Amino acid sequence: MPRTALRLAVEIDGDGAHPAAWRRAAHSPGELLTPRRSARVAAVAENAGFTLVTLEDSILPPGSGADPVGRIGAVERAAFVAASTSVLGVAPVLATTYAEPFHVSSQLASLDHVSAGRAGWVVGVEEDPAAARAWGRPPVEGADALAREARDGLRVVRDLWDSWEDDAVIRSVATSRYLDRSRLHSIDFTGETYSVKGPSIVPRPPQGRPVVLARHGTVPAELTDVALVGGTTATEAGDAAAAARSDGGPPLAFAEIEVALDTPGGTARERIADLERYAPWTARPDRLRYTGPASGLVSLLAELSGRVDGVRLRPLVLDEDLAVLSRLVLPELFLRRIAARPLPGATLRASLGLTRPLSRFTTDITAAPVREETR
Amino acid sequence: MTRTDPTDVPRPDARLHFGVFFQGVNHWTIWSDPSSGSQIAPASFLRLARTAERGLFDAFFLGDGLRLRESEGGIHELDVAGRPDSITQLSALAAATERIGLVSTSNTTFNEPGDLARRLAGLDLLSGGRAGWNVVTTHNAWTGENFRRGGFLDHADRYRRAEEFLAVARAVWNGWAEGAVAGSVDARSWSVPDAVGRVRAKGTQFDVDLAPTLPRSAQGHPVIFQAGDSGEGRDFAARHADVVFSAHGTDFDDALAFAEDIRGRLRAAGRPEDALRILPGTEIVIGATEKEAEEKARWVRLEQVTPAVALGIASRLWGFDLSGRDADGPLPAEEPVVARDTGTFGTRWVDDPRAVVAEWRAKAGANGWSLRETVIELGPQRGHVGTPAGLAEKFARFVRHGAVDGFNVSPYLVPDGLDDIVELLVPELQERGVYRSAYSGTTLREHLGLAPVV
Ligand SMILES: Cc1cc2nc3c(=O)[nH]c(=O)nc-3n(C[C@H](O)[C@H](O)[C@H](O)COP(=O)(O)O)c2cc1C
Repeated sequence: MPRTALRLAVEIDGDGAHPAAWRRAAHSPGELLTPRRSARVAAVAENAGFTLVTLEDSILPPGSGADPVGRIGAVERAAFVAASTSVLGVAPVLATTYAEPFHVSSQLASLDHVSAGRAGWVVGVEEDPAAARAWGRPPVEGADALAREARDGLRVVRDLWDSWEDDAVIRSVATSRYLDRSRLHSIDFTGETYSVKGPSIVPRPPQGRPVVLARHGTVPAELTDVALVGGTTATEAGDAAAAARSDGGPPLAFAEIEVALDTPGGTARERIADLERYAPWTARPDRLRYTGPASGLVSLLAELSGRVDGVRLRPLVLDEDLAVLSRLVLPELFLRRIAARPLPGATLRASLGLTRPLSRFTTDITAAPVREETR
Repeated sequence: MTRTDPTDVPRPDARLHFGVFFQGVNHWTIWSDPSSGSQIAPASFLRLARTAERGLFDAFFLGDGLRLRESEGGIHELDVAGRPDSITQLSALAAATERIGLVSTSNTTFNEPGDLARRLAGLDLLSGGRAGWNVVTTHNAWTGENFRRGGFLDHADRYRRAEEFLAVARAVWNGWAEGAVAGSVDARSWSVPDAVGRVRAKGTQFDVDLAPTLPRSAQGHPVIFQAGDSGEGRDFAARHADVVFSAHGTDFDDALAFAEDIRGRLRAAGRPEDALRILPGTEIVIGATEKEAEEKARWVRLEQVTPAVALGIASRLWGFDLSGRDADGPLPAEEPVVARDTGTFGTRWVDDPRAVVAEWRAKAGANGWSLRETVIELGPQRGHVGTPAGLAEKFARFVRHGAVDGFNVSPYLVPDGLDDIVELLVPELQERGVYRSAYSGTTLREHLGLAPVV
């Protein structure tokens, strides 16, 4: 069976996956919170050939103690980055644990509009009770309640994206109607803790629905497009992907991989040891970690291709590892057709090989799926 | 045309500030014209923002509305509707523009201060200190149906919540001392000990405890706009705002009376009169001659107030559905029904429909106007019409007499509706010394000539 090429995502929050990554960054600490820095990292990721960047977020500081405590909101960074790139997908983390699903839906739909169809969403969950105090909301406690808020939020967000059919904007000069109200839908969501009426205030996003990514097991699988899976070996990751995709699960599964690469300035081990002087880089029991030369990462990804649909890399230090990824890893992956670049002009869905969904409220299913308002 | 003698006016050196208001969801945006573009595509936003920046505008301004308007028992179909989340859209524009301010209209009732303050601060940093926040206070239960909290707020509490909200937001924005981040990667810690504060606020509306995650921007923090016309709204502006976005900018006497009222409230609040800018919303129609301008304005009105729109406006005034009537015929003979405001249109337009209908009947009778003509002549607000030179004279008078500090222009066409303003009107204003010839600062606060944040 021909193996489909992997799609490549990279997490670009902060200075890298290690809590002390800022100490090896190529910029002064304060520079982290500048537009120049956000644009530069995204440009490197786009030029390297990544399909997607993800941006971690929370209302809480990203770290504590000696670690960075500053972070610009992921949606704002994603929109900014979208305007300074042209093919890169952008997927912020947003949690609906305390945020209003109506706002979350609008923000992501708008991100899809400003990026001309390159938006994704990494569904987050705010587990820390400090988040409730920061939001000024009653805490959501316990695994069941957290899962319920994540599930309900995802349902509402998706339904609001669907609440404008593709051709709801009719611009009928003859009848003086800009909208056709029959193609706009109240979603009338009623859950256990709240209800939302709708429709959205934002017209249907260019992709129909931005690409939904979620850690496997956190939200109903049939509501997502990409499951993020663990596994400490290629085989385990492949099994996790197969499990995630089975039984009406999402069409795609991406393996999470922490990476530390040999650079001209030091081997991966030396670089980790340097950072370990400040803080440990605790290995997650359920996640792949690769440390070593670029060629080894290429081999690991070759092993993963055919088992998973893509990977999300979490580089040790962005400024160091992204450079090696761009120079040595991605070119080799593309050359050997282990991985594919996104296509210029394509939406994120198209780059991931996903179809564009019709609104679930579509009244006339014979109508061709019209794209976004064209004038 | 006589020029205003600069020595007779109270503010001979005053400069006019322009913002662009995109978009109000209302019938003023002519979507039916062949040159009218997408109301949502990034290219439309970019074109307007860049034109405004070329015209040295202070700000690019986005409105807000958290539920689609309804009329006659369903979604209102006649006008442009659907818009992006403003902070998301403006964050994209931050990457594609250099100088222009980026102002988000964001509601204090259906947001939480820790979250909104952080989002606005992020926009402020990404734009290099160009963010503004237009504080609005919709409270109605109808809008609340889109939110998990529902319509939880009494009308009387909406400005109280706005005040407490703003206090929390300011605390978040001021949470980090200057130089809170280490200067080098060799420092003991990423942040300087004790330089990053904590916000604990407990009031009638909020009980929050959070660690702010952002430093101050180049302008300190976002510029505060206020839009709301009640006495309470004006007092809120006088106490807290940097800019008032008013609806008093067409008639000179009305604008001056509003400005005097605001100045009185500023004095009462113990703030200097020049602490706040007044920028009414307006529409501007330009022609090469007065006659051409009037003809163009006539065309604009007819495109805006189609027969269906005229009947829709009349339906709201009369309080029942008039959509089957003849807009080109006489006014409805029935008396208006004084309906309770359901909030479903998002705006209340008149206080006393009976009085307005009586006035409409009298004027329509005297002038022989049809219903549509009456709506065009007497319906909700209009803007300024004239030649570039005539408008420049008029605006110079407005600003030099302290009736306004500038205008927030709503273009009637998207995305080209600012072109003639920037190309024809701005040079005339510059020639009269009433408009800047270059940006002198980089932040919105600097463009508006506001005092630095302490
Ligand atoms: C010029 C102007 C523009 C406004 N724009 C908005 C807007 O974009 N979104 C919104 O929700 N409210 C908007 N408002 C409404 C006000 O925030 C406020 O809710 C309304 O005027 C009622 O408050 P008041 O009783 O103080 O007048 C605007 C008001 C004015 C005067």
